[in-house]
This record gives sequence, C-alpha cells and structure tokens, in this order.
Amino acid sequence: MTFSLFIIYKIVLVVVVFLISLVIAMYSTYAERKVAAFMQDRLGPNRAGPFGILQPVADGVKMFMKEEIIPQVSNKFLFILGPSIAMFTSCITGAVIPWGTSLHLFGHDFSLQVTDINIGILYIMAVTSIGVYGIMIGGWASNNKYSLLGALRASSQMISYEVAMGLAIIALVMHTGTLSLKAIAAQQVGWHWNVFYQPVGFLIFLVCAFAETNRTPFDLPESDSELIGGYHTEYSSMKLGFYLFAEYINMFISSAIMSTLYFGGYNMPLIGRLHLSPNTAAILGVVFLFAKIFFFIFFFMWVRWTVPRFRFDQLMNLGWKILIPLSIFWVAITGFVTLMIHR
Amino acid sequence: MQTLTTRSKVASNKKMTFVEKLYLPAIMGGMALTLKHFFKKKVTIQYPEQKREFAPVFRGQHVLKRDENGAERCTACGLCAVACPAEAITMTAAERKPGEEALYREEKYASVYEINMLRCIFCGLCEEACPKEAIFLTDRMVDTDYVRKNFIYGKDKLVDPLNNPIDVSKRETRETREFKTHPEFTHNKLNTKSLK
Repeated sequence: MTFSLFIIYKIVLVVVVFLISLVIAMYSTYAERKVAAFMQDRLGPNRAGPFGILQPVADGVKMFMKEEIIPQVSNKFLFILGPSIAMFTSCITGAVIPWGTSLHLFGHDFSLQVTDINIGILYIMAVTSIGVYGIMIGGWASNNKYSLLGALRASSQMISYEVAMGLAIIALVMHTGTLSLKAIAAQQVGWHWNVFYQPVGFLIFLVCAFAETNRTPFDLPESDSELIGGYHTEYSSMKLGFYLFAEYINMFISSAIMSTLYFGGYNMPLIGRLHLSPNTAAILGVVFLFAKIFFFIFFFMWVRWTVPRFRFDQLMNLGWKILIPLSIFWVAITGFVTLMIHR
Repeated sequence: MQTLTTRSKVASNKKMTFVEKLYLPAIMGGMALTLKHFFKKKVTIQYPEQKREFAPVFRGQHVLKRDENGAERCTACGLCAVACPAEAITMTAAERKPGEEALYREEKYASVYEINMLRCIFCGLCEEACPKEAIFLTDRMVDTDYVRKNFIYGKDKLVDPLNNPIDVSKRETRETREFKTHPEFTHNKLNTKSLK
C-alpha cells in the first residue's frame, strides 16, 4: 500500500467513524426520549417529521440559536475549555475500537479499525480519565456552588469507579492475555464470548460503565433535583449542547467497548458455517457489532428509566466497599483458574 | 379494617436476606416491569387530530341561535348579562328597521353583543336566563390567541352561521324547555306580558 493511499484510507475511516458517532449520539437523544415515553405509556416526540425523526435536528437548531452566556465571574478560558475537553475525549475513544475485520478492495486489505495499538484498553482508560477534566474544569470555571458540587461529585465518582473498572479489566486481560482490542475481539470467535468466562467481571464493568458515563442511577453530578444542573448549571447554547452530546457519545463508545470486550465484538456465532466471501462477512460483522451496540444503548436507557438515583453515600459504599473487594476477589479467582489451566 | 388497595403491604424492619441485599433480582423485576410498559398500548390522545369525546353536558364556546327562518332570536333583553356572575357579557340594543324582518325576529335586537372569553367561566347561567332560546353553550373549545383583545368575541364569532347551524340539541333538554316555559318564573311572566 502506498503512503498516499494509506493516508486517504485512514482519513476516510476517521471521518466515517467520527460522523457515525455524531449521528448515533444525535439519534440517541431522540431514542432516549422515545424510550422514556414508551416506558411511561406515552408516545414521545412525534411532531417533527414522520414519527418525530427530525426532532434531533430541531433540538440542534434550538441549541445553536440560544443566547451564548459566559458569566462575568467565570474564568473565560477554562469555561470554554471544559466542554471542549469533554467533547474531544469522547470523540477520540472511537479510534481503537475494531469495527470489523478488514475489507479486501483493489488488491489491498483495509482494516476497519482506525489504529490497532497494542495497549488499546489502557488507551481507553487513559482517555476516559482525561474526560473527568472536562467536567471538573467546567464546574470549577463556572464559579457557582452548584457547578462546583456537581464537578466534585463527578470527579470523586469517576475516580472511585475507575478502580473497580480497572480491576475488572485486569481480570479480563488475565483471561485473554492481551491488551489489544483487535486481538481480544478476534479471540471471541463463535461462542467464545468473554462474558461466559467473565460474568462477574462483566457485571462490575457494566456498573462502572454506568458510573463513568454519568448515567442514572449514577447521575449525581447533574442531579437536577439537588444541584439544578450540576456541573453544567451555568452553561447555555451549544456549550451545554457539547456536554450533553459528549454524554451520548460516551454512551455509544462504552456500548461499543462492552460489545468488543465481553460480547464478541464483530463476531457472531454460526456465521462461519455460511461460507460467505470475506468482504460480505466483514460487512455482516460490522452490522452485528452495531446491533450489539444498539442493544447496549437501549439497555442504558432502559436502566435509566427504571432505577432511581443513588444517594451519594450509597454510591461511595457501592464503589469502595462492594465493587472493589468483589473485583479483587474476581481477579484472584481468574488468576487461580488461569494458573490451573495453563500449568 | 378494610384496606384501601389490594396492594398495600405491612412494613417491617426485618433484616434483608443475602439475595435481597444483592439488589439484582429486584432491579431485574423493575426492568421487566418497565419493559412490559414499553409494549403496552399508549394512552395519549393526539389532540388536534384526535379529540376526546366530551360529556353531553359540556359547556364550551357560546352560540347565538337563529330561528327556523334564519332570523336572530336575541332581543337584547340583557337577562344574560344580568345573570352572568363573571360580568363577561355586554350588549347594545337597537330597533329593527322596516325591511329587516328576515334578519331579526322581534322589533328589538342586539346591534352589539360581546362576550369576553377570558372572563367567562362557562357556567351556563346565561343559557338558563335566556327567555328566547337564543344563547347556548356548545361543545366547541375557545381557540387560543396571542393577544387579549381577540378574546372579546363579537357577533361575527357568536351568531350561528346561516349555512351550517351548530347543533345544540344536546343542551336543549326537555327539562330546560319545561323550565323556560314554566309560568311560575318571572322571566316567563315578563315574556308573556310583553308579547301580549
């Protein structure tokens, strides 16, 4: 593959992944409102276009038209930096996710992964940790009590749950023996999904993913009944839009990560028996991955409209006294079993 | 003692079992419930296209009825304005000119008849007071508007359209008719005296 072709292929892939995350985040807002409405025996938005499918566009236009307010007492540079970091970090996590195997076109192999770094999981953990800064800086720069409280809650919650999440991933890595997401996805051919080997690990990861994305029941940083809007109380217009949008992109990416780490990624059982051409199989793999992702996005919403919000001490109890000991225990079990098998 | 609902439970402070402490079965139960509601029939009535059926006695926007020949029944007696507890009705009386017999039933008519729909409480007392069976409350809703002055409805909005009269048969019950023709009530006595 020539260098220029390589550059063009990577740019196209990056743009496609970026656009897909944006569109999915956009329609997640619509789906969220529909799911919420359906679970409450309502119809949800249905006026903008057929079934209300133009609702996200209307919301976006509204967000852009709103007055842009930067409070006098705020730190202007940090105030703008906050949502930018939140948006930036949620967008770049998509780079290491293997969206499919590879397409064979014009005599070249095009891998459907932007970059396969051998420490893919670590990269994701690192980037999501930076994501905390977006919320923290935004809440701090607003110079408002509610924003600061929201930011403090967000940072303490994310740091607490990152520990348990990291330990769950350590157990997974002990099982798979690699940190590369591509290798992990490739290992789970057929029914060898990691969730069957790591059920407790998956449960811990799932709970932590809810906490990391600030979704109900862990939406304390923006609990509107207590903190008005939490860290984004002072934000208006598209800067608020960026925060809300980043949350939905995070939801999409964490669904993708969960599908890749525990539910076989682009693999589908029994698909090998059909003897499809490699390209068709690759495209079907992408479809399967997105089906799994959409299921998890629905699952996020399903939980949000079922489970009420935790109290802050309950949240900390769950994180430090239950999830971390449980994940350490699970790491020990995994280590023991792995040792027994490989001896 | 009889309980108010069948779903009430006596609260107890007993220690939770291990399975209960896990919370997961309870969360799954809750999620099953929300999923059940997800597929349920929705109760929403989509208002402008679908309208909820009103009760037969519903009292909405007023109409000034015409008689069988299409002449206005209202004689501007002012009884509705007197009866109105919200003082929403005002009118100006005028004398019928020769040649206007097809327009107004009697010698006197209302040249101006206004109801302030923001003041009106839709109690229906005007309807009860009317000796001429002229004013009725219908099953129509008063439309929304942006400015207050548009809520003062004049004769252009109140008088029954000539070509498609509004149906008020639901409110013209036998009891109201009996009440209106009953000789004991003062307005009926005045009515019969003036006609003589």
